[in-house]
Amino acid sequence: MKQPFERVVQTHGLSVLRVCRALLDEHRAQDAWSETFLSALKAYPQLAQEANVQAWLVRIAHRKAIDELRRHRPEIVQAEVGIGDGVQAGTPAQELENLELWQVVKTLPEKQRLVIAYRYLGGLSYAQIAEVLSGTPEAARRAAADGIKKLRSKLDEAQAPGATR
Amino acid sequence: MLAQLHSRLEAEADKSQLTDISYRVLDTPIGKLLLASTVTGLVRVAFEIEGHDYILESLAAKVSPRILKAPAKLDGAARQLEEYFAGTRHEFQLPLDLRLSTDFRRSVQLELGQIGYGQTLSYAQVAEKIGNPKAVRAVGTACATNPLPIVLPCHRVLRTDGSLGGYLGGLPTKLQLLELENPQRQAQSEPVLF
Repeated sequence: MKQPFERVVQTHGLSVLRVCRALLDEHRAQDAWSETFLSALKAYPQLAQEANVQAWLVRIAHRKAIDELRRHRPEIVQAEVGIGDGVQAGTPAQELENLELWQVVKTLPEKQRLVIAYRYLGGLSYAQIAEVLSGTPEAARRAAADGIKKLRSKLDEAQAPGATR
Repeated sequence: MLAQLHSRLEAEADKSQLTDISYRVLDTPIGKLLLASTVTGLVRVAFEIEGHDYILESLAAKVSPRILKAPAKLDGAARQLEEYFAGTRHEFQLPLDLRLSTDFRRSVQLELGQIGYGQTLSYAQVAEKIGNPKAVRAVGTACATNPLPIVLPCHRVLRTDGSLGGYLGGLPTKLQLLELENPQRQAQSEPVLF
């Protein structure tokens, strides 16, 4: 039996937002979030009963995020991903972003950033990630491992005495 | 932030006519009421004891799973119900959607709307009014399956001997509504017990 769509929004709203944030700045991530759930609402009655709703949403979110990127090529996130970029205290964004870790994730190469976002924020399996990114599960697993390794070393760097923050 | 995004989704889904059912939950003296509407009108009023999650799931199965919590779409119904519980509204003026009822039950449920505030009828009298005096039991079933309690006042239908009969929201709720509409009722009915 299919759940009321509201429950889908409640259950997956936050992870979809995080997935959008893996590719986009805050403002555009919100646009992509809206687009994702609008598309999902439209297609929801046709979704197979046994479908994995989370994976389905992440796939839509990925497409919407890519659309957003294409629409606004010159302004992509790279401009604001420096490790030193603090998040302003008291903004709603802080709820999601007060993790220093997140700032570091944004400095990873795109492939690693996406795989880590889909695996650890979106909760997808490597097989599902491979489907979204049109690669192999093994490649996705490798990218995640490389990304995590890089994250570890960057965080160690950032926390070392004399670091910039 | 998710609350803001949700409001935006409600507005955009409404604009694109993608929401088949909007709902909200209203706090009332008889507990939380679930109010749900389609584009046609109010489709379900549900008591807390019916289980709101269960009701939403059954709406998803019977009408459409495109269900969103969209309180603004139910402002009118919520306001009228608040006025009713404050005692300032005696009739509801809301578009209704009785798609959850079969034809016969729908005719009974609409007839309920003709019973005035503070009045009561027996199941047998309602059966007569719809021109089917033998259908007393079927009238009882139509009341028991009323998708729009309070708005279509099935609480105003009693047994011929004046006892309460049944109520989806529970008998204490039925009594509470009858007493809200007719404060003398309590004084009248008490001596009958002895």
